[in-house]
Amino acid sequence: MTKLTDLTIAEARAALEAGDTTAVALTEAHLAAVDAHEDLNAIITKTGERALEMARASDDRRKAGRRKAGRTRGALDGIPLAIKDLFCTEGVRTTAGSNILAPFVPPYESTVSANLWDAGAVMLGKANMDEFAMGSSNETSAFGGAVNPWTRAGDPETRLVPGGSSGGSAAAVAARLALGATGTDTGGSIRQPASFCGIVGLKPTYGRCSRWGIVAFASSLDQAGPMTRTVTDAALMLGAMAGHDPKDSTSAPVPVPDFAATVEQGIAGLTVGIPREYRPEEGLSPEIDAMWTRGMEMLRDAGARIVDISLPHTKVALATYYIIAPAEASSNLARYDGVRYGLRVVDEGDSLHDMYRKTRAAGFGTEVKRRILIGTYALSAGYYDAYYLKAQKVRSLIARDFRAAFDDGVDVILTPTTPSAAFPLGQEVTDPVTMYLNDVFTVPTSLAGLPGLSVPVALTGEGLPQGLQLIGRPFDEDTVLRAGRALEKAAAFTAKPTLLEG
Amino acid sequence: MSLDKETVRKIAFLARIDVPDAQLEPLAGELSGILGWIEQLRAVDTSDVEPMTSVAAMTLPWRDDVVTEGDDTARVTANAPDGQDGFYLVPKVVE
Repeated sequence: MTKLTDLTIAEARAALEAGDTTAVALTEAHLAAVDAHEDLNAIITKTGERALEMARASDDRRKAGRRKAGRTRGALDGIPLAIKDLFCTEGVRTTAGSNILAPFVPPYESTVSANLWDAGAVMLGKANMDEFAMGSSNETSAFGGAVNPWTRAGDPETRLVPGGSSGGSAAAVAARLALGATGTDTGGSIRQPASFCGIVGLKPTYGRCSRWGIVAFASSLDQAGPMTRTVTDAALMLGAMAGHDPKDSTSAPVPVPDFAATVEQGIAGLTVGIPREYRPEEGLSPEIDAMWTRGMEMLRDAGARIVDISLPHTKVALATYYIIAPAEASSNLARYDGVRYGLRVVDEGDSLHDMYRKTRAAGFGTEVKRRILIGTYALSAGYYDAYYLKAQKVRSLIARDFRAAFDDGVDVILTPTTPSAAFPLGQEVTDPVTMYLNDVFTVPTSLAGLPGLSVPVALTGEGLPQGLQLIGRPFDEDTVLRAGRALEKAAAFTAKPTLLEG
Repeated sequence: MSLDKETVRKIAFLARIDVPDAQLEPLAGELSGILGWIEQLRAVDTSDVEPMTSVAAMTLPWRDDVVTEGDDTARVTANAPDGQDGFYLVPKVVE
C-alpha cells in the first residue's frame, strides 16, 4: 500500500471507508512527518495531542457507524489537516505570524475551522505565514521563513521560499506533512504559494467562505480556501469549509453545491478566455509563456473552445490593490493596541498614548508597519479622494472588465499564476514594489472577488513547479474546478519535491 | 508624490507607531517610492465611474437588535495583558 502520507484526501477517505487504515494511523504518520521535517518551519504550533484525540473520536464514530447527518458533514472524517495561523482556533495559540499576537489564545473557533471539525477533520497544527498575511515569500513571519520542499535542479543546497502568505500551508501539503491545509488569499496568498510548491490552491468567490474568526487583513478582499495536492481534494475540502454564516455579513446566503460530484464532468463545449494583457509589455518569461500555451492546448484537446479576450485594466490592478489593501489593513490593525489582548509594551510613567505607540512599534514587523503607514496616509484628510476613492473607482473598472468577458460567453479564464517560479530565501529585497510584482496575475481576480484556482502543470528548466490559474464567474467554483481537473489530467504532474527524496 | 520626514512623522503619529528619528528619512524614501509607483492610477479615466463599495452583488442583511451572547467576562478578558475584576487595566488617562 502507498505510504499513508502520500495518499490524497480522496484516497485516504476510501482507505478509511474500506477499513484499510484508521484515522489514528493516518494522524500518527503525519505527526511523525511534521516532526521529521521541522527544518521546513512549516508548522509553528503543533497540536499533536488534540490531533490524536480528534482522530480517536473519528475512529469511534466510524466504528459505531454513526455519521452526523447533513450536506457534507463527515466528508473529511479522520483527515489530518494543517490550519493557517490566521484562523482562530479555540484554546490553541493563534499568532497571524506576528509578535503582537504571540501570546494570543483565542476563546473561540473560526467558522471555517469549525466547519472542518464538524466534517470530522483532524487538526495537526498551525501553519507558518507572512505576518498578517502581508508578503509573498513567508519571510515576513515573526517565526522565521518557511522553506519550500523543492530545490533547483543541480543546486540542492540553496533553500527557496514557499511563497506567501500561506507559505507554511503550501510547504506542509507539498512535503506530505498534511493531506490538505487551509489558506487565505487577499491578493494571491493561496494561489502564488500553491504554484511555488507544486500543489493545488483555490481562492473561492468572495463571500463563499465565512471570514468570521479569521484575523482580518483587508476585509473586502480576504477569502479562505483549500490547499491540496489534487483538484478533487480541493473540491472536497471547499465543500466542507464553505457555507453561509450569519456572523459574517458578507457571507453569501447561497447553497453550496457538491463540488466533488461534478469535478469529473469534463469541459466539452466550455469557452476559455485568454486575456492578452497577461503578456505584459516587459515580456513574460518565454518558459512560462510556453507553459501557458501548452495549457491552452490541453484544454482545447479536452473539448474546450479557446478565445482571445481583453481585460484592459489589468496593468493598473496591482497599484489599485496597494492602495485598497493597505488602507483596509491600517483600519483593521488599529485594534492591536495592547489593551485587550496580545503584546503590551509600557514603561513606568508612560501615558496611554505611549503604550499604544511602543506596543505597535515592538509588535509589528517592517512590512506590516510599511503597509499601515501607506494605508494611514491614503485614508488621511486631504488624500482620501486622490488615493482611496480613486482606487475604488479603478477597482470598479477592473471588475467590469471581467464581467464583460463573462457576458460575452467566456466560462473560465486561463492565465499563468505567477510571473516566475520560487526564488531563494533571504534574497535582499531593497525595493518593496519588486516583491509586490509576484501578485501581478492574481490580484485582479481578488479585486473583482472572483474564484481563482492554481493547478501545477509542469517543472521549469530549473526543475521548479509552476502553476496555471483558472478564473471563473462569481460562485461558479464548480466550472473552475472542472476545468482545473481537465488541466490536471492532461498535465499529469506527478513530480515530488526534491527535499523528500532520500 | 514625495513624502518628507515631517509628513512621515505625522502619519506615524496617526497610526500610533513609534518611529525613531533616524528611521524617518529612509522610511520617507521607501513610502515615496511606493506612492510614486501608485501614481500610475492618475492616468486612468474614472470620470463617470462609481467607486466599488461592495464586492458581491448583495445587500447587507438586517438582523434583530437583540443580545445573542454575552455574560462571559472571564472568556472575553482572558487574553488581557493586565486586568482586574473583569476590567482591562491601562495607564492612567486623567491625572
